[in-house]
Amino acid sequence: MKPLASILGAVIAAPLGWIAGLAEAPLRLWQRLTGKGGMIAFFLLPNMAIFGVFVLFPLIINIVYSTTSGSALFLSDRDFVGLGQYERLLRCDDYTNTLTCQEDQFWTAVKNTAVFVVVQVGLLISIATATALILNREIMGRSFWRAMFFFPVLLSPVVVGLIWRWILDRNGALNAALVGVGLDPVNWLLERGWAFAATIGITIWAHLGFYALILLAGLQAIPRDLYEAAEMDGTPPGRVFWRITLPLLMPNLLVVIVLSLIRAVQVFDEAYVLTGGGPGTATLYLTQYIYEVGFASLLKNPGLASAASILMGGVLIVLTLVQLGLSNRNEKKGKQK
Amino acid sequence: MTRAWAFLSRRRAGSNWDWTDIVTFVWLGAGLFIVFGPALWLVLSSLKSPAQLSEFPPTLMPYEARSVIVAGYENPLPLYKVTDDAGTRTLAEVRRVGTVAQMVDPADPGTIQKINIANRTPERDIGFSWSNYTDPFLKFDFLNYTKNSVFVTTMATLITLLTNSMAAFALSKYEFRGRGFVIVLIVATLMIPLSVILVPLYSIISGVGLINSLWGVILPTVATPTGVFLLRQYMLTIPYELLEAARMDHASEWQIYWRIVLPLTAPALAVLAIFSVVWRWNDFLWPLIVLSRQEVYTLQVGLNAYAGELNVQWHYLLAMTVMTMVPVVLVFIFLQRFITAGIAGSGLK
Repeated sequence: MKPLASILGAVIAAPLGWIAGLAEAPLRLWQRLTGKGGMIAFFLLPNMAIFGVFVLFPLIINIVYSTTSGSALFLSDRDFVGLGQYERLLRCDDYTNTLTCQEDQFWTAVKNTAVFVVVQVGLLISIATATALILNREIMGRSFWRAMFFFPVLLSPVVVGLIWRWILDRNGALNAALVGVGLDPVNWLLERGWAFAATIGITIWAHLGFYALILLAGLQAIPRDLYEAAEMDGTPPGRVFWRITLPLLMPNLLVVIVLSLIRAVQVFDEAYVLTGGGPGTATLYLTQYIYEVGFASLLKNPGLASAASILMGGVLIVLTLVQLGLSNRNEKKGKQK
Repeated sequence: MTRAWAFLSRRRAGSNWDWTDIVTFVWLGAGLFIVFGPALWLVLSSLKSPAQLSEFPPTLMPYEARSVIVAGYENPLPLYKVTDDAGTRTLAEVRRVGTVAQMVDPADPGTIQKINIANRTPERDIGFSWSNYTDPFLKFDFLNYTKNSVFVTTMATLITLLTNSMAAFALSKYEFRGRGFVIVLIVATLMIPLSVILVPLYSIISGVGLINSLWGVILPTVATPTGVFLLRQYMLTIPYELLEAARMDHASEWQIYWRIVLPLTAPALAVLAIFSVVWRWNDFLWPLIVLSRQEVYTLQVGLNAYAGELNVQWHYLLAMTVMTMVPVVLVFIFLQRFITAGIAGSGLK
């Protein structure tokens, strides 16, 4: 594996090296003129410039955007409305009924996303943990099974959405199987509940392998002798799981939960290709709302989309901080050992 | 078969089957079916003709009607197996009127027999509709989408490797004022997803005139903080003495970077390259926003556009989906180890 990696790296590095060779003479001159500091700036500049222009700067002006209205694209042509967009998003006469909200689509999307996040992450993590536990057993061909669960992770969301749209079609394979065992066919993607469940199901299908892999790495880091000691004491397997496996897996489990929460809040691609947010607004999620309001609908409202994305970003920042805190704690613990 | 079973059921010597073994078998078996089943079904379906795709219940394998050239008829005639009072025989259909088909025995083309269509089933062989695969290239812009996707993937990956490795080099091998700040900045934005900055990013891309340009898709993706991080962690393990020795020999800083550090970082570069290829090949939301003209569509956007048409031509759509899947499947088969090692090691995604 190592030599293959080196060969691959070398193949990729070769064309880069050629360009680098051409740059040698001018850069030697640059170094003579500006010294080491100039070279550091040179190394950092391309990445930082792209990063600044396409990530950092948009992030900052997004806040300004959210305080403007109109359909114009450039900030200079837009009218300042203060917190007007937020007010529009958040105002509801009765918060238990999304129809009474000024932006009822936004609240529908928020509600859908919230339910999606809770159910999807709960199921995903449970199934991923079970899968990791099973992959951690002494089974034949473990690397094959591990790879197998990872396969859907590499597929593009569009491909995942289309594969399942084909299977869940009214005349699709799943209905054929149902009819085959004597049940009635179901219109999976046109019934609200089933369509919602389908978006949860296919996102679990697509991401399970990734989380199972991280959890498996966590399981494998648990020292063997703990289990051997438990076996010698005749500890029942259930107790071993609750007293050894789960507590020692907890740091990884927490990281994985937060990571999957962050991803679930942003759910879009697979669900969009599968259902397009429908039927009605049954599978309309936040990112799709932002996309529709900002770009796709006839009445574009970039300010509103921007305000919604900042609200979503707020949730994500909290989750990210939790995530960073957790991994820091894990790292410190790792060092103490 | 028995040997396969013996292999599958081989277990630790001496211990008996218990419920955990059964759970393991069921879980892995179900996993095998659920993971590969849909993809396999996609491939099989993509080789079926439109008529076959509209059949319900569908057959597992793609079939095509068997036909025969009968003397006296210009076109090949489809064959049917007929079962009625006169026994079972194979006849070719000349034409069909309502529920009655006029059929001939290929051996006796002179006599036309009238058969009720309830009494016959089409004769067919396993056959693949390869035209599902060739037509999208000829009839649609599929070739163009492929070219666009390949361009985006290659350019984005090359630029990612170059800029990320340069930044990682500066951040791992030099002490300078503000280094901590730059690193914190990168960490802080590590998890800023695209969906949070869609609107302002679009206005910036539009401001620099890159709407409907593939560069508008490439540029925002190349400064991946994850890439910088991965490479920096790796470069930190390269000893300083190596760099100092090169400086003694009057190597310039640039030479140190690309003649010494870069080759030593090859394994990490390979991991980042594989990830970058998969990421960029699969990107959907951002290209969907930036690219609105058909000639600049990438494969993912093109597929989505076909899937959104009022009258979906599933036989083409399925074949195009398979073709879009191919590069990723190749990565899976040949390079999956690097990815799993990369994820287990760094939580990269």
